[in-house]
Amino acid sequence: MKKSRFYWNLFFEKSLAASALVAIASLVGIFLLLLANSWKALERIGVKAFLSGDIWNPSAFEEASYGMGALLAGTGLTSLGAMAIAAPLGIGTAFFLSEIAPAALRHVMKPLVELLAAIPSVVMGFVGIVLVGPFFARVFGLSNGLNALNGSVLLAFMALPTLISVAEDVIQAVPHTYKEASYALGANRWETLIRVTLPACYSGLISAIMLGVGRAVGETMTVLMATGNASAFPSGFFSSVRTLTATIAIEMGEVPTGTPHYYALFVCALVLFLLTLAVNVAAERIATQLRKRGQ
Amino acid sequence: MIHRRIGMWTGIASLIACAMVVIAFIALLLFDMGRQGIPVLSWEFLTHFPRQGMTEGGIWPAIFGTTLLTILTTLLSAPVGIACAVWLEEYAAEDRFTQLTRAAIRNLAGVPSIVYGLFGLAIFVEGMHMGASVLASACTLALLTLPSVIATAEEALRQVPRSLREGALALGATRWETTYTLVLPTALPGILTGVVLALSRAAGETAPILFTGVAFYTRYLPGSLFDEFMALPYHLYILSTQHHEPEQVRPLAYGTAVTLLLLVFLLNLFAFGLRAYYRQKKRFL
Amino acid sequence: MAYARITGRKNDFSKAMEKNILQIEQLHVYAKHKHLLKNISLTLPERCIVALIGPSGCGKTMLLRSINRMHDLNPDIRVEGRIVFEGKNILDRRVDPVWVRRRIGMVFQKPNPFPKSIFKNVAYGLYINGLHHKQRVQAIVENSLRQSHLWDEVKEDLDKSALELSGGQQQRLCLARAMAVAPEILLLDEPCSALDPVSTAKIEETLLEIRQLYTIIIVTHNLQQARRIADYTAFLYLGELIEYGPTAQLFEQPHHELTMQYIRGRFG
Repeated sequence: MKKSRFYWNLFFEKSLAASALVAIASLVGIFLLLLANSWKALERIGVKAFLSGDIWNPSAFEEASYGMGALLAGTGLTSLGAMAIAAPLGIGTAFFLSEIAPAALRHVMKPLVELLAAIPSVVMGFVGIVLVGPFFARVFGLSNGLNALNGSVLLAFMALPTLISVAEDVIQAVPHTYKEASYALGANRWETLIRVTLPACYSGLISAIMLGVGRAVGETMTVLMATGNASAFPSGFFSSVRTLTATIAIEMGEVPTGTPHYYALFVCALVLFLLTLAVNVAAERIATQLRKRGQ
Repeated sequence: MIHRRIGMWTGIASLIACAMVVIAFIALLLFDMGRQGIPVLSWEFLTHFPRQGMTEGGIWPAIFGTTLLTILTTLLSAPVGIACAVWLEEYAAEDRFTQLTRAAIRNLAGVPSIVYGLFGLAIFVEGMHMGASVLASACTLALLTLPSVIATAEEALRQVPRSLREGALALGATRWETTYTLVLPTALPGILTGVVLALSRAAGETAPILFTGVAFYTRYLPGSLFDEFMALPYHLYILSTQHHEPEQVRPLAYGTAVTLLLLVFLLNLFAFGLRAYYRQKKRFL
Repeated sequence: MAYARITGRKNDFSKAMEKNILQIEQLHVYAKHKHLLKNISLTLPERCIVALIGPSGCGKTMLLRSINRMHDLNPDIRVEGRIVFEGKNILDRRVDPVWVRRRIGMVFQKPNPFPKSIFKNVAYGLYINGLHHKQRVQAIVENSLRQSHLWDEVKEDLDKSALELSGGQQQRLCLARAMAVAPEILLLDEPCSALDPVSTAKIEETLLEIRQLYTIIIVTHNLQQARRIADYTAFLYLGELIEYGPTAQLFEQPHHELTMQYIRGRFG
């Protein structure tokens, strides 16, 4: 072919490969940086310091303490609380949309749920401060409503759109023949739903829940604004909690580069990274298993 | 027999209740935001600088900052992301390495945004000496949106039927020519929709910009890419949590929240409008 | 003929001197350890129509796609052997497949027009190869559409989307598109199997007319079609070449028992 055509083709193909490399390298770089800086922290401070103890006070004057216990508890409490709220609500809504709702209602509700997905976390946090928090304060007679419960509720609603969307796909993937067989045997709508459809998509639903949880674990602004941020170990849902994400957000701005505290925050980030990775990989594994077992 | 009927209606009622709770929450949220926030939106609010320690005036610089940031992020992440998707779909061999790459990209989509913020601080602000700036924040946000852009672009490319590519190759076109003249134009609507959606998410992000360039108050609009800037999400955050007179500025916070919501919703609407437009105009030349 | 002036091709109407344009030597095709084509050797004379017939799965399409290097796109398929064309072994990796495909065109079983206008579809190959001269492109497009008997139906509106044409029209468009780049050989993979009889007839008419310009290899399930238009026919069965010869002879006095059974319809 003509020389110029050949060289233009070569140029563009190489540019594509280069861009791809840049993208992939950057993404890999994040992981490497986390590792590198965490290593610096672990070297200087030691793994034990992070794992033992609940007190997170790396900049304390006398005894710097790096116990992640309280932070992990904070993250865990809010995430599990979110899951406890979002799972039934989300799956119930997903079943409603897939099996019960008439088409017209679906056309109205689905965009609304997508709207929820579009709401930035900052706004959700704001809602926690002005709406949900005061509500809980009134109902439970607290001084302010900034606690783990507040955070859980908000996180639950943030996780809902993903959960509902994935759950819907999973429910609709259940073969019609199962349902027809159930009806033919005289079961009613609800029985079919509970005894046939639901068990048929168990793993998919679990996958959906995990994806939602993954989102909750990684949320920063919402928990930063709505959970109170006390760094003590939480005693219950009404305690003010501080999550891993909030810790990084709060302290990163105050910490000078290169200090042990600075590197310690990277350890938090690494833990977060691994947590969300684990949850997402597990969700994917379950989803692939489901696909392999065949529909 | 009857109790089965009752069981069924109770069950269905519980499903309806779930859906209603979700809808009620969304409705309540939007209603409260609208009721308290829309009255605050005035011409002055949207086009003036804040005054008197943020207790008066407007949020214009925050609007400008968010817009500038979003445009910059698009310019940085869209070309690289689309190129990466094209390379993965059209050129890379379907081996373990490619599958691993795709998995890595997918999992990076789930990484918390604060981690990206940390990375941005360490690499862009300090490592590359950009300082706390619009550029550093844009780079950080670009990285954040990269996985989703790549994922949706790949999906759009996959929708293009193989017969189209074969038809072009059989005529003696090279792989690049096939991609450039046929596959990309056909997949473009899907790619564009994905890009706009990814960016609407970026517009609302706070964590990545916290340490990479955003400021609560700047006297002037950012004059260069290396200046600090104001942004709507951060503005909302500070107004509602750190301000010394939270009650007094509450209305301003509502106004900021509504402005941000409107911006994000408009972008989403644009994305879905694009998709609907192209779906209707099925044949494109 | 006007076409020759435009494309600069030489016309040779003398069928007496039948040179060979393509030589397939000991071709083997493997897909994931399955031996799909076994030791195919075939010599194709130029400027005639050769039909490949045989029951489903016998490898006809595999053979066709080996000729224009389409198997390059599939990492699971391995091709061994030689195919000699214009003095080169075109299966050799060092030979540019783009060059091969420009000289050996293909029309697919299912029409695959590009989502572009009719004009741009036919002109696609020309643009890709660097021909942008407006009048020349227009002349070639018109000529190709005339040859595939589509011109009269679309001449009013060449800017219409190709996707709005009927199936038969789309296939004729694909044929015109393939002819526009003036290949030496045209490979047709059951081009009429998805079409109605009228469109089929029109395409067959086109093939008979353009036989003087190209060598045509057509895979077909339709034995009548092979009888109607092919000069030579090759019968494949389970990946092997059973018989190959002038069509009339193969159909009336087949050498091989299998051939006879297939033609008699004993198996499909």
